[in-house]
Amino acid sequence: MASAANPIEAVQMRRNRWLSLPAVLFIAAFGIGPLILMLIYSFLKAAPYGGVEWSFTTDAYVYFLFQRDIFDDTLQFAPDFLIIYLRSFVFALITTAVCLLLGFPTAYFMATRPPAQRNWWVLLITIPFWSNLLVRTLAIMFIIRDQGLLNGFLIWIGIIDTPITLLYTDFAIVIGLLYSYLPFMVLPLYSSLEKFDFRLVEAGFDLYATRRQVLWRIIIPLARPGIIAGCLLVFIPALGAYVTPLILGGGKHLMIGDLIAQQFGSGRNWPLGSAQAFILMAAVLVALLFYVRNTSGKVQHGR
Amino acid sequence: MAASTTLKHRDVRDQPGFGTMACICLIVLYAPILILMIWSLNSGSIVTHWEGVSLAWYGVALQNEEFHSAARNTLIISVSATFFSTVMATMAAIGMTRVKPWRGLGTSFMVINLPLMVPEIITAVATLSFFALLAGQLNLNFGIGNIIIAHTVFCIPFAYMPIRARLEDMDLTLENAAADLYATPWQAFRRVTFPLLVPGILSGMALAFIVSFDDFTITQLIAGPGQTTLPLYIWNQIRRPMTPEINAISTLLLLVSILFVSVSFLIARRRK
Repeated sequence: MASAANPIEAVQMRRNRWLSLPAVLFIAAFGIGPLILMLIYSFLKAAPYGGVEWSFTTDAYVYFLFQRDIFDDTLQFAPDFLIIYLRSFVFALITTAVCLLLGFPTAYFMATRPPAQRNWWVLLITIPFWSNLLVRTLAIMFIIRDQGLLNGFLIWIGIIDTPITLLYTDFAIVIGLLYSYLPFMVLPLYSSLEKFDFRLVEAGFDLYATRRQVLWRIIIPLARPGIIAGCLLVFIPALGAYVTPLILGGGKHLMIGDLIAQQFGSGRNWPLGSAQAFILMAAVLVALLFYVRNTSGKVQHGR
Repeated sequence: MAASTTLKHRDVRDQPGFGTMACICLIVLYAPILILMIWSLNSGSIVTHWEGVSLAWYGVALQNEEFHSAARNTLIISVSATFFSTVMATMAAIGMTRVKPWRGLGTSFMVINLPLMVPEIITAVATLSFFALLAGQLNLNFGIGNIIIAHTVFCIPFAYMPIRARLEDMDLTLENAAADLYATPWQAFRRVTFPLLVPGILSGMALAFIVSFDDFTITQLIAGPGQTTLPLYIWNQIRRPMTPEINAISTLLLLVSILFVSVSFLIARRRK
């Protein structure tokens, strides 16, 4: 910060704060406003053809777990939605774990290259990061479908005689998620490892540590903030994934994202969709809180 | 003893197998994209059968009227969203770095970054509800403007990040010197801060443009009839019997992303 030596500068430095107003107000109105509206919607009655009726009810949250019996009007436990949430959670966890297994060595390898080479690696990982998710998912679909290259290849080398169905399965969704979010793991890991002080590794070797010990007892503990950031950047979008299950799951293998979209489309139950969205939002907030608690108040290396 | 001599010959930082993993990562990331691109050159009309190299399907795609209108919509939306978000993000970045710390600073920072933390599908359905309410209760419908507003919201944090980073890296002595030499705040900004900020603004613009250009989820939920963008056009094509035309259009979209990322990368590299 500049020292505000003369009074004009001091006034200017204070006045500048108003410059942030347009962006903050715009996001408050069109980003936060809709979220609050949705919270309200989740406590309203569903109108028969989509939209809402303005009367208070907690039905949406009740129907998240229960179903009303059409004969005797009692509530019965119906875990259908809960199962989809658990499935999504498991898919997101698997995706995060595999991305970490692949991403950590990659990021570490990138960080130990000479600076000129490093830049090219970063560019190569950044390109898929910013490429169209729909198109990348489509590319996976081309490869794994029945007449796709993967089956063609497996038949050609003689492992199988008839194509194995990969598309529209849970396996396809996990592969798609992995492919979509791998760069989201590598980049934060890299930026944390890039600042790593490698003299610590030398010190470790001087004290007779093996390569493995250096990795597990020095590098990984110090890269923890990057690891947590990368895991969150993969886990959160994977949990709320919409495009991947839509294309690779074929509408039958749902995840939370498709479930929510369905309530606003063919399901015509906006309050239920809003409630489902808020339950997802709550899960994301828990993940973010976990991040804040794990990264603040402790020694952060390389910052 | 043998172990320690081999250690000396290798880089101490090396970990066995990590290079192989990095190469696997690259192959995994690029093989599907490259295969998609290669198949866009197929001259046959069946997506699964290779007949020969030709650019025929690019011709088909480029002459398609629906493709034209989708491309037009996409450009209108992403150029407008890029413009509005970059202007607001630049102002906000200055207002949050060239300022005496004030009480709302932390909150403002959180608000600006909020769109990055909310899962896209939630933003999409919330925005849909919001515009439905505006249309239903107040009879307000901005047409394609609805999509521009929604895109601007999530473009702001992407434009904001590189601009703020640039402002934080900048040497303040130049700005102070300008003030000492009786430049008005506006002159100091116009003649000193802004020229130095241009690379940050350019890479912010590039990022905002890409995220708007590529957006599918939010656009799909809020777009009305006649507001098809390129990603929506691709989605409509998937649901019909597919021809290599879809590969051609997908390749064009990928090339746009690659171009913008590379430009943004080169700008960032030149300043070092």
